[in-house]
Amino acid sequence: MKAVTVNNIKKRYGAKKPFVSALEGVSFEVEKGELFGIIGPDGAGKTSLFRILTTLLLADGGNVMVDGLDVVKNYKDIRERVGYMPGRFSLYQDLTVRENLEFFATIFNTSIEANYDLVKDIYSQIEPFKDRKAGKLSGGMKQKLALSCALIHRPSVLFLDEPTTGVDAVSRKEFWEMLKKLRSQGITILVSTPYMDEAGLCDRVALIQAGKIMSVDTPEGIVSAFGKKLLAVKSDSMLHLLNELKACPDVEDAYPFGEYHHAVMKQGGQKELNNYLLRSGKAFELKEVTPDIEDCFMALMKN
Amino acid sequence: MKQFKAFVKKEFHHIFRDTRTVFILLGMPVVQIIIFGFALTNEVKNSRIGVLDNSKDAATESLINELEASRYFDIEKNIYSYNDIEQSFREGKIKMAVVFPQRFGENLQHFNKAQVQLVADASDPNVANTLTNYATAVVMDYQKRITGNRQLPYTINTEMRMLYNPQLKGAYNFVPGVMAMVLMLVCTLMTAITVVREKEMGTMEILLASPIKPLKIIIAKAVPYLLLSIVNVASILLLSVFVLEVPINGSLLLLSFESILFILTCLAFGLLISASTASQQTAMFISLTGMFLPTVMLSGFMFPIENMPLPLQIISNAVPAKWYYMIVKDVMIKGVGLESVWKETLILAGMMFFLLAMAIKKFKIRLA
Repeated sequence: MKAVTVNNIKKRYGAKKPFVSALEGVSFEVEKGELFGIIGPDGAGKTSLFRILTTLLLADGGNVMVDGLDVVKNYKDIRERVGYMPGRFSLYQDLTVRENLEFFATIFNTSIEANYDLVKDIYSQIEPFKDRKAGKLSGGMKQKLALSCALIHRPSVLFLDEPTTGVDAVSRKEFWEMLKKLRSQGITILVSTPYMDEAGLCDRVALIQAGKIMSVDTPEGIVSAFGKKLLAVKSDSMLHLLNELKACPDVEDAYPFGEYHHAVMKQGGQKELNNYLLRSGKAFELKEVTPDIEDCFMALMKN
Repeated sequence: MKQFKAFVKKEFHHIFRDTRTVFILLGMPVVQIIIFGFALTNEVKNSRIGVLDNSKDAATESLINELEASRYFDIEKNIYSYNDIEQSFREGKIKMAVVFPQRFGENLQHFNKAQVQLVADASDPNVANTLTNYATAVVMDYQKRITGNRQLPYTINTEMRMLYNPQLKGAYNFVPGVMAMVLMLVCTLMTAITVVREKEMGTMEILLASPIKPLKIIIAKAVPYLLLSIVNVASILLLSVFVLEVPINGSLLLLSFESILFILTCLAFGLLISASTASQQTAMFISLTGMFLPTVMLSGFMFPIENMPLPLQIISNAVPAKWYYMIVKDVMIKGVGLESVWKETLILAGMMFFLLAMAIKKFKIRLA
């Protein structure tokens, strides 16, 4: 049995035309004990998908099974066994850290003591502030508290909607470490993120864009499916360079990427592009790079 | 049950950690009772009036003394002519002027007939009316005294008795009104806001994704406000009995029962509003216009319903506060029992069940 089976899910908003289509036939499966990433930019449909998975929204078509249960028919059973952390900090700001955790433990018919071993690693970091109001915590600490609250009933599947958005780099790294530890405890984790660089931290990822899944694979699998030469170019006049790259017949796609421009080659490689760029007589730096998830995402979007 | 207790405890934390909420919940009833009791009263006391005495004889003097002796009037001196009267009205120094013509006493003695003119500032018609009535009564009193036991043929004496409120105290009217208003505000407004706040803060999302049943959420949200409202009823009753000296003539038990019934009606309405709105502002707006305004306008507390045009009279039947106000007046002031207010009680109970059923039906088990 899969932990999550999503089959051709459709969701649109608004009763009248034109509809706003959030999900257009999304399908994927998540294995038990997997750390599964749903990667896509803002507005791709990640939150709608998570709300459907957590029984909070009804899909307009398709079906979803979580832990072997149907999200529409068996929504009550699912609510007992999944953990959900919404994208926005959604705890009681006027309750203390301890009170929040206690409250959610009780709501899920359990107690902090019963599952303390599961949240210990995370909660022990914020325990020194247990009498502080949740609203007065820093962003990273809020995140840890929210995760503790979502975990306190030992869910079989944990849904984390953009848990690292708006969190500093160090806290993000820590957060992913925590997720890896949880996975080793046998909890299936679905996590959504707009940050492409976090894809590599997942066992498998689904790339989602405009309500459609473009690819589901391991991060390595996605990268190896890129299949084209990728070159990074830099010069003093980046805008001019980009136009030049786009005009080159050998270049399939060119886009800014950090301090370089990335050029996806239709044919040829470093030598051909080098020759092409030399004609303009301006100085440039050219090197071949291995594509990462963002390059793959851009390439998939083009198709 | 543990879930429920934890939820109620959390609600109390929300309430008592926000000083503004605490003040609104527990301070407002006290403040309202005191404001209505001492500042906003439609009784006319110590109104400044002017007296222009063109006659200056024994009769006018004793009449003026009587006016002055009554607690309704304070006499403004320094009025010697019609111009002074005009001037004093314009400056707002006086509300009414009493003018005695020349030879008032003489006419009274020799022709058995004399006239006194009352000039009132009718820019506030109610006050003008009340003042002229008071003054007329004082003059009539005086006349009765000088006629003495001389028996006039064919006289009809009207004898008035003000039942239930012999001193015509305003408090008898507004205590029930304030009770209805305060309960309405506390229960409807605060309950609506507290549920919608969970939606706004996003915590509703977690609650819905948890195993707690929606019905439990609703009831747990309402319980703290029910308890606080009972405290409010008690504090209003204590204040009115011991500070405003309004008695509770009927059964305290019946009054409490009716109050709880009304509180539940308001809570149900608050929950219904919260189930159908998504923002605190909308919830507040709907509770104020949908509940608070009708309570003030159409419950009969500020304006008598009998004087309203028929459509408004019909609409007023849909205002729960009207029925509660009637019940409280009957039980508290007239001292009647359930046998006299069972009809109103049934209507209120019907409204309560209807609103509660709507609220539960409207409460969504999902986000949209």
